[in-house]
Amino acid sequence: MKYMDEFRDPATAKKLVEEIKRLAPIARGQREMPLQIMEFCGGHTHTLFKYGIASMLPADIEMVHGPGCPVCVLPMARVDDCVAIAEQPSVIFTTFGDAMRVPGTRKSLLQAKADGCDVRMVYSPMDALAIARKNPEREVVFFALGFETTMPSTALTLLQAYREGLKNFSLFCNHITTPATMRAILTDPDLRLDGFLAPGHVSMVIGAHPYDFVTRDYRKPLVITGFEPLDILQALWMLVKQFAEGRCEVENQYARIVPEAGNVAGLKAIAEVYETREHSEFRGLGNIGDAGVQIRDDYAAYDAEKKFGLPIDFAQGAVGYDPEHLKCADVLRGVMKPWECPAFAKTCNPQNPLGALMVSPEGSCAAYYAYGKLAKRS
Amino acid sequence: MCLGIPGQITELVDHEFLVAKVDIGGVKRDVIITCVVDDEHPAESCVGDWVLVHAGFAMSRLDEEEAARTLALLAELGDMQDEIDLMRQVGSSV
Ligand code: SF4
Repeated sequence: MKYMDEFRDPATAKKLVEEIKRLAPIARGQREMPLQIMEFCGGHTHTLFKYGIASMLPADIEMVHGPGCPVCVLPMARVDDCVAIAEQPSVIFTTFGDAMRVPGTRKSLLQAKADGCDVRMVYSPMDALAIARKNPEREVVFFALGFETTMPSTALTLLQAYREGLKNFSLFCNHITTPATMRAILTDPDLRLDGFLAPGHVSMVIGAHPYDFVTRDYRKPLVITGFEPLDILQALWMLVKQFAEGRCEVENQYARIVPEAGNVAGLKAIAEVYETREHSEFRGLGNIGDAGVQIRDDYAAYDAEKKFGLPIDFAQGAVGYDPEHLKCADVLRGVMKPWECPAFAKTCNPQNPLGALMVSPEGSCAAYYAYGKLAKRS
Repeated sequence: MCLGIPGQITELVDHEFLVAKVDIGGVKRDVIITCVVDDEHPAESCVGDWVLVHAGFAMSRLDEEEAARTLALLAELGDMQDEIDLMRQVGSSV
């Protein structure tokens, strides 16, 4: 087992792998297909590859990579909207680094910057607020995206702008929520999953209970897990044990970081600022009724969508769908592996990404590429 | 964007808005600590504590050993350096 030495605690890792191997056939039972376990979060995908965990698992278990990378599920039309806002002469457009290279139908934010737009990469939404304070004559927009991990930070930043009465700051809100996305995956007829590894840092904010519906309504076991290779192995063992014992529960492997009830202050800020959006489009998953959020009317003055009358880019023919030959949607839904996409490692690579899954190291195409999984056998 | 980097609180900067100076991988930066302050952990008691920082906000406490393990993991995965470089460029801007 060539990767085992890379574990900080190889003996424990070995024991967990042995236990998983022992339990997996019992867990699989009479099924024809291997057990399909989805790691929802791109951070987990990254760890799975880096430590070769997927290749240590017995044939009874197959990992399915989930859509839990916020830039990967961003529809192209939203990137087009970002570019359209950034092209307004008065605007300073600010964003997390991951979002800069995501292709839109016309261009990425990075290309917009090269073409002369004032696009700035920031580490925190608070940096964007600081830029707004320093540039009262300009409009400063922050591209708020991500699952619940980043939602408290953008909500608290907006509340701070409101407190200060800043007039030239707004959020372009593209946040999405994890439980609703999971529900969409569970109702997708092409995807037949058996269980989930749930994201650690999202759960740190929302706690364990928002996943109760997964076990109650869909009868799929779920384990919340951290990002250490041993965390993931332990979580897989917990999951396989649930199958073997015929249990179906929400379990928390990452209790050292994830409180049962989540982060109270973070949840309060989210509830104060955001409300469920009726329709939101996800790359690969199409329209999901209640996964996206928007800024509440009380804070409309800080909503870039209202300020700039979005969508403003549709006149130029922008649509949210990927070109036919790019298979991002199928990879995102877990029904196709990256190397099955005709563009993979040919025209699409991390230096020149055609799809968002190749942009962030957490995207599954980037992970397959980085760890040399260029075809099924490699 | 989602992983979060451990840092140690070195000083309370603003009691009213709950801003603290946090040492994140050698870069000192102002961080909002609203999400880790409660009755059990009042702001003034936070100096010296390790926290997980996401996008300039402390989102969770962690013990020193956990912080060290997480830092080692992030360094191995190669995910941390870009964010730290960015923090250095942007500076503290609360
Ligand atoms: S290889 Fe590129 S185009 Fe193909 S699915 Fe991955 S990101 Fe999309």
